Amino acid sequence: MGTAVKIPFKGTAQQKSELYKVIEENANVRGALMTVLQKAQDIYGYLPIQVQEMIADGLGLPLEDIYGVVTFYAQFSLYPRGRNIVSVCMGTACYVKGAGDLYNDLCERLKIKDGECTPDGKWSLDACRCVGACGLAPLIIINGDPYGRISVSDIAEILKKYD
Amino acid sequence: MLTVENLKKLRDEQRLKMGIRFSLEKNDPAVMMDYKYNVLVCGDTGCLTSGCKAIIDALNESVTKHKLEKDVNILTVGCFGICSLGPIVIVYPGGYFYGECKAEEMERVVTEHLMGDTPVKELLYKETVSGEEIIPFAQTGFYKKQERNALRNCGIIEPDNLNEYIGNDGYMALAKALSEMTRDEVIKTVRDSGLRGRGGGGFPTGLKWEFTRKVQSEQKYVACNADEGDPGAFMDRAIIEGAPHVVVEAMAIAGYAVGADHGYIYIRAEYPVAVKRLERAIKNARERGLLGKNILGTGYNFDIEIRLGAGAFVCGEETALIASIEGKRGEPRPRPPYPAVKGIFGKPTLLNNVETYANIPPIILRGADWFASMGTKKSKGSKVFAIGGKVTNTGLIEVPMGITLREVVEEIGGGVPGGKKFKAAQTGGPSGGCIPDIHYDVPIDYDNLVEIGSMMGSGGLIVMDEDNCMVDMARFFLDFTVDESCGKCAPCRIGTKRLLELLDKLIEGKGEAADLDKIEELCQHINVSSLCALGQTASNPVISMMKYFRDEYVAHAVDHKCPSGVCKDLLTYFIIAEKCIGCTLCARVCPTNAISGKVKEKHIIDPDKCIKCGVCVEKCKPGAIIRK
Amino acid sequence: MGTVNIKINGVSYTANQGITVLEAVREAGIDIPTLCYLRGVSEIGACRICLVEIKGQRGLVAACVSPVADGMEITTTSPRIMDARKKNLELILSTHNKKCLSCVRSGQCELQDLSQIYGVEDEDRYAGAIPESEIDQTAGHMYRDNSKCILCRRCTVVCSQDQDVGVIGANERGFKTYIGSAFDQGLGETACVGCGQCIVVCPTGALSEKDHSGEVWAALSDETKHVVVQPAPAIRFTAGEAFGMPVGSNVKGKMVAALRRLGFDAVFDTEFGADLTIMEEANEFVERIKNGGVLPIITSCSPSWVKYAEHNFPEMLPNLSTCKSPHQMFGAIVKTWYAQKNGIDAKNIVVVSVMPCTAKKLEKERDDQNAAGVPDVDIVLTTREFANMVKKAGIDFVGLPDENFDDPLGQATGAGTIFGATGGVMEASLRTASEWIAGEELKSVDFHEVRGTKGIKEATYKIGDLDVNVAVASGLANAHQLLEKVKSGEKDYHFIEIMACKGGCVNGGGQPIQPASVYNFVDLRGERAKTVYRQDADTPLRKSHENPSIKKLYSDFLGKPGSHKAHELLHTSYKPRSKHGWD
Repeated sequence: MGTAVKIPFKGTAQQKSELYKVIEENANVRGALMTVLQKAQDIYGYLPIQVQEMIADGLGLPLEDIYGVVTFYAQFSLYPRGRNIVSVCMGTACYVKGAGDLYNDLCERLKIKDGECTPDGKWSLDACRCVGACGLAPLIIINGDPYGRISVSDIAEILKKYD
Repeated sequence: MLTVENLKKLRDEQRLKMGIRFSLEKNDPAVMMDYKYNVLVCGDTGCLTSGCKAIIDALNESVTKHKLEKDVNILTVGCFGICSLGPIVIVYPGGYFYGECKAEEMERVVTEHLMGDTPVKELLYKETVSGEEIIPFAQTGFYKKQERNALRNCGIIEPDNLNEYIGNDGYMALAKALSEMTRDEVIKTVRDSGLRGRGGGGFPTGLKWEFTRKVQSEQKYVACNADEGDPGAFMDRAIIEGAPHVVVEAMAIAGYAVGADHGYIYIRAEYPVAVKRLERAIKNARERGLLGKNILGTGYNFDIEIRLGAGAFVCGEETALIASIEGKRGEPRPRPPYPAVKGIFGKPTLLNNVETYANIPPIILRGADWFASMGTKKSKGSKVFAIGGKVTNTGLIEVPMGITLREVVEEIGGGVPGGKKFKAAQTGGPSGGCIPDIHYDVPIDYDNLVEIGSMMGSGGLIVMDEDNCMVDMARFFLDFTVDESCGKCAPCRIGTKRLLELLDKLIEGKGEAADLDKIEELCQHINVSSLCALGQTASNPVISMMKYFRDEYVAHAVDHKCPSGVCKDLLTYFIIAEKCIGCTLCARVCPTNAISGKVKEKHIIDPDKCIKCGVCVEKCKPGAIIRK
Repeated sequence: MGTVNIKINGVSYTANQGITVLEAVREAGIDIPTLCYLRGVSEIGACRICLVEIKGQRGLVAACVSPVADGMEITTTSPRIMDARKKNLELILSTHNKKCLSCVRSGQCELQDLSQIYGVEDEDRYAGAIPESEIDQTAGHMYRDNSKCILCRRCTVVCSQDQDVGVIGANERGFKTYIGSAFDQGLGETACVGCGQCIVVCPTGALSEKDHSGEVWAALSDETKHVVVQPAPAIRFTAGEAFGMPVGSNVKGKMVAALRRLGFDAVFDTEFGADLTIMEEANEFVERIKNGGVLPIITSCSPSWVKYAEHNFPEMLPNLSTCKSPHQMFGAIVKTWYAQKNGIDAKNIVVVSVMPCTAKKLEKERDDQNAAGVPDVDIVLTTREFANMVKKAGIDFVGLPDENFDDPLGQATGAGTIFGATGGVMEASLRTASEWIAGEELKSVDFHEVRGTKGIKEATYKIGDLDVNVAVASGLANAHQLLEKVKSGEKDYHFIEIMACKGGCVNGGGQPIQPASVYNFVDLRGERAKTVYRQDADTPLRKSHENPSIKKLYSDFLGKPGSHKAHELLHTSYKPRSKHGWD
């Protein structure tokens, strides 16, 4: 629960017509919700409220029924993935060396939390389990590139590289 | 459109062409040699990850280069089982086995073996080479004791090629059932075979069929559980990837037996290769009259729909799976009513898992007695295991019921590597339990495993050695269950979470003796009062590990020690003064500056500052830093 | 249906085939505790409190969902069972917000009761992580406090299955499972219709109406205010339950006495407003028939139904009667006619409605509900809030004498009374409309076909030359079903009554909460309705148009039904709303 960041929906007319086609094909198939959700996620990459509302209306189901199903299964995602994925190692070594501060700073800077994506689709943030590079603590990884032994003051400079 | 008659004809023709793959002799007169060599490459997901695509490309390139297209048939087939040796290439006739192949070696295989008729000894799987002699891979330790029934097509046929499946007796069982057997005869055969559900519970398959057959209803369904969720088990994927038609054929037989005309295959979306192959198999079967209306010209109608799972372990439970097929949250419901009475969309439904179905065609073709001749008194036939963990040969094996764990680990698995001691094996995944060395020689079957506190499960078999901590392992499985609990019933939703918190207490060194009683009590409670099998078995790993390794639990709870040296919070790092050379490297890499000492002097670790990250141990060249 | 032979705690019984172990054991006089189970609503076997032992079964079995079978041997009280029930309670308590003393349901909480019975010694025995939650205050009529939710799912089932609203459901899974709306919207951001049925079925204090009794206490102590109270028809048939009286007690006189003792300046009756509603609605019906207006006409006194229609059947809004609901009409008359007659400024009148309904709290906020330029109704209390005020004031409700309503707005007919049960508005309308259309007195005022707790009722009555087809639906899922048939042309009606709550207002979302132990074995709707019709039969005047006060209101003030003035004061308007949002 909580207040998730609202990401502006950037669905295109083409995506919409693809989704409507999927809905139409499945409108008379019994129990086709999962199939429709899977295809919708293929089309949009995630399942935001706009997409779920279209599915709700198309299949004649309450929106909450759909949301309940989406949040039950691990594969469905409510958030898009950003172009740049920032992972903060939350292993013990990193944590005692200030990974928490790094994480909080990134949250503030990017205005998102763990698992979320910025409204412009540029950044995703993950707080991940120990990556086993304790010697480099604290550590963040951006798109696979590790940045170790950093402090909050270094973050702005590092993020700049991905502008 | 195929009929029973021309199916048989096709089988005979096809069989001749494929005979080379069943022949170990170079010039077997019984085999039609339309190619001089059949080169089989495993294209299962496991080998895809280890790079079999590059091998296939290299072979093709080399064969083209040397203009051998007419002599050499390169086939991508299903799993050979011994995944630790992937990518794998097998050359027939003879069954020469090349393991851990590299693309650049393929030119040699082509020139020396396929052109020069001389197998490349140093590239062959070393178990098949003893001095001058080369033995067929089927006679190596890994394969010798195996009995491949459910896996009979894997590594033999091209999965996407319906003709190849037919060549290996595919759809012959369906033809036999439809043209020679009544519904009751089919059910009787399955019942007499003694086949039990391979998905976990071990319920007699024939009984299930009979129950579903007996319920009166205009609409019935047949469903296949391919939502293999046990982390570490992948036999269902391998069976489908190796021969998707086997599921189609078996479901069609089941539909005939119970009176259903529609089938659902519930398969996890994480298996994209398997899904594609199934889709193709269903399409091809329809085109050839093996699915759809008037199958094989017998008047029987049956069709199959695929439904994808979306990442929920609990959907392996039959009522949850049904809810999911219906497009709902995958939450189990109380039974009765059983699916045989009230299943998908409230209609009688027969639900079996992939491996169970894979056993059906040979049972129909070869008879109940053949199947019942294998195994133990109450567990017939063979079982596929995914063997992994601390064992030399990891992969997929199929062994007769009744084999001992020792045979599996020591002979087939090649033993525990690194000279370490076998400690226990976990079967049944997060629902199962561990089998310690005292039960190393217990014959593996459904009932014996339950008796010693584990279960067959879907066939995951994880070997653990002396370096594994049994509190940590129990925690690992429980963590998985907590994540995968559906959240419907209170004992599982809250109880497993509390159990996990108690294990965390032990692992973090905050435990006390009373916690052990509390853990045991909670385990029992979750076990007897949960709604579904996931909850009822959730505490099994904890119960069995506590039963056999109680001293380790006591060590954690009372002495705050981890005897296996795994639980970080319970370890202390020391520098052995005699070994320390005073290089200062450890002090420099320590993230918390917990190590002090001057150059060329003995260093000391301050336990209060040490966060036990282990970086110093890795860096210390003389090995002066230890943890215990 | 056949019978089976079973043994319960070693004693042999015969039970009907097809019933559950819970029911069979209950028939033998033994109660098995339940927490998630609610007959006909939640039958999912999730809480695992009703566990029993069945010989031959490995684990314990949930009695609520297990059918009896021949030869079954059931044990209900072994130490193993008691221990398992207690442990489940302790586990549930470990995630439960145990601020019991300040909880709205303290003393009426099913979890609290069970904890006491099963001797929970340490509510923190399994203390550990607790799922995070915030109290949802976004809706005007109620709040949701997930920290007290035990995930019995009863609320989600009534919301989706009975009411076809489905704005709350289970989200996430495992330990993270919680009841909420899509995308964690507040209830006040969804298409919730405010019926409050979720509250009535909640076993704990996770769901409750917003308490507005504080505003009433304040008004009562404000000397500048003239505070008028009106209880709805359905209150007098249920309020006794809040004081331990049997289901179906008629406490009309005690209710009036209690209201008077609370200090209201006038104790009037919404039944007067109901009679007035009939005058306007029957007139509207007759007019539509005569003038070829939009038919079927559909009643509009159930605000949850009205909101539901605005969300889901916007194309049918012209079918809705434009009549305000009885308590709103009543408020309008108090603030105009009554104010003028008594020389009180409408601004200084506080109209308090005691309603069986949580949606009335929302209805008073709607547009077009302020005849005198001030809100028609100022404060809406549920039956439960009223009962709590009585308790707080130290009034011995059960021991009170019977008293009568004040005049003139306390005068009502049996037609007003039956508004409390499903079919009542239809019957009351027919009593008046029939006489108006046919121009002669009815031989019998009883329209039996539209009575009873069936979800959908249909009848055809010959009125004058006309065969009038009527239908009555209660429960919005039933309404949905009925309206689809109307839309498709499969059914053709002249007049439809819709009540959002199954059984009508006696079963409203603001009514006293009965624990599952009562709900599961007493026909609440039926028993409460019986008293409604008994009261109607005992009332001398049973047709709204015969109410002397109503006659006087029209002759002195409104003119005739449907007059311009009546329209201005007593009618309202509707607006389409989105399918997924509040507005």
